[in-house]
Amino acid sequence: MAQELQKLPDIKVSPKTITLGVITAILLYIGFSSYYTVSAESVGVLQRFGHYHRILDPGLHWKIPFGVDTVIQVPIKRQLKEEFGFGTPGATFENQVVSKQQWNLETTIVTGDLNTAQVEWVIQFRIENAFDFLFKVREPGEALRDISESVMREVVGDRTVDEVLTVGRQEIETNAQIQMQEVVNLYEMGLRIDQVQLKNVNPPDPVQSSFDEVNEAQQERERMINVAHGEYNKAVPRARGKADQNIQAAQGYAIQRVNQAQGDASKFNALLTEYVKAPEVSERRLYLETMAEVLPQVEQKIVLDVKAGNVLPLLNLNRQQGNQ
Amino acid sequence: MKKLLITLAVSIFLGIIVLIQSLYRIDETEQVIITQFGKPIGEVISDAGLKLKVPFIQTVNRIEKRILLWDGAANDMPTKDKLYITVDTFGRWRIKDPLQYFLRLRDERSALSRLEDILGSETRNAVAKHELIEIIRTTKDRKPAVDPLLENANISTLLPITRGRRQVEQDIYAAASNKLLEFGIELLDIRFKRINYNESVRQKIYQRMISERQQIAERFRSEGAGEANKIIGNMEKDLREIESVAYKTIQTIQGDADAKATEIYANAYNKSKESRSLYNFVKTLKTYQTIIDKKTTLVLTTDSALYKLLSDGKTVAQK
Repeated sequence: MAQELQKLPDIKVSPKTITLGVITAILLYIGFSSYYTVSAESVGVLQRFGHYHRILDPGLHWKIPFGVDTVIQVPIKRQLKEEFGFGTPGATFENQVVSKQQWNLETTIVTGDLNTAQVEWVIQFRIENAFDFLFKVREPGEALRDISESVMREVVGDRTVDEVLTVGRQEIETNAQIQMQEVVNLYEMGLRIDQVQLKNVNPPDPVQSSFDEVNEAQQERERMINVAHGEYNKAVPRARGKADQNIQAAQGYAIQRVNQAQGDASKFNALLTEYVKAPEVSERRLYLETMAEVLPQVEQKIVLDVKAGNVLPLLNLNRQQGNQ
Repeated sequence: MKKLLITLAVSIFLGIIVLIQSLYRIDETEQVIITQFGKPIGEVISDAGLKLKVPFIQTVNRIEKRILLWDGAANDMPTKDKLYITVDTFGRWRIKDPLQYFLRLRDERSALSRLEDILGSETRNAVAKHELIEIIRTTKDRKPAVDPLLENANISTLLPITRGRRQVEQDIYAAASNKLLEFGIELLDIRFKRINYNESVRQKIYQRMISERQQIAERFRSEGAGEANKIIGNMEKDLREIESVAYKTIQTIQGDADAKATEIYANAYNKSKESRSLYNFVKTLKTYQTIIDKKTTLVLTTDSALYKLLSDGKTVAQK
């Protein structure tokens, strides 16, 4: 300022104008640097000479210029995300981008039965306390990644590879979330872990095929059982039906047999009634009736005198003719 | 007038410099040690805000107040059961005694290298004293959930532990935290970040996993065959049962019917002397009917009853 004033006479402008210009510039600077906009999803943390002053809600705020007041915006309403073992471009947190070689290291986890599994997961979290987030822990993002990896390994390390791959997923997510929150609280990081989600969980590549083999064997087992059931179902109901049929037939036979017997018996009884009245005559009549019925069909009738001798040769001849 | 103006300007300029030299601000994240010619003066100033100091001769040394990260390097080391593993640890620490810290270490870089030395070696010690499973598992009495499909496969068992991951971490913490205290550093915790099998061990682990899975696969196949055989056996049993029960029922029904018929016949035929003789007679006639057909050669002797009947006109007429 002093030098500027010195040079004043050399320039062909009146000192008054310059003073006015300088004052205007200073006023403009003060005007522009003494308000501050906090965006809707954030809060502003106001520091006066570095000392924490207060939290600013979203909207327009005044502050003292010349670096006396400084404001840091913290997006407390935004859902933040960290991915482990993979990365989606345009991730939402600054520590997200990790090289691909790191991915492999992140995912490989030793399980409680000393096998290994490749686990990919995501954590969703929010900044809950802007003051803690800014002033309690340096590099909270990196700290969160470390915590997340450590806790996930602790949880997976307490489980078998089969639990990790299949039945235990849900439980792992819940446990990991609870434990991560505990550690985050311990460090006073001002974060809230909303969710832990397991993504792809696989056995290591060289082992994958043998896991597939187990699945195939499982299918094969089901298939074998189904085929056997099929055979059973093919044979047994049919045999049952057949048995029923035979039983029905036997019942039919029984009815028929009894009815016949009853019929025969009543016929006999009727005959008997007549017979008792005149046994001799009835007997002869019956005999003759039968004979009259039977004899006409007999083609060869030979009447022999009692005194006649051997008749057999003749009979034989006839029988032979009959056969031819 | 001009001279006065210059003097004024210079003194304002100098005044500003002095002011800048004697005022300083402390952020919420910092604490400050004031040194005079390199020698610390007074207490540590840890509350944030605008502060005053003697200009020019006193210097401000800013020291971090927040919790700091120590991310250990991943090191290969053997466990008690001679498995080579790669261990990656991390810890949190804080400058608890800034003066001590400032005097002994001066800056963060040397602090981190101390941490690496001390925590690195304590980690090695702890790992070497424990079997691998002790630093993998945490909960001693946890029962694993078993996939119902893998039940009885004698797999999915957690190896037993006596101490566990947290205890081992605690051991490292206990051993290291005292050593760090003399540097003005408070260790808050140390945790295992990653524990992986070393490349050489990994192949063996994979082999074991593969053989374990193959064993399960074999088990499934044999279970399938066994189950199928059981069903087929059951089928044979059922078939025989159905058939034999049916046979039994049929025989009973038929037997009962026969018995009943016999009874009916007996009741009719065996009623009296007459009925018996009539039955004999009728049956004989019936027998004639069946045994005599058109191929029969009837030989009638002249003294047979039939012949007599035939030749006896009276009988025929009677008919």
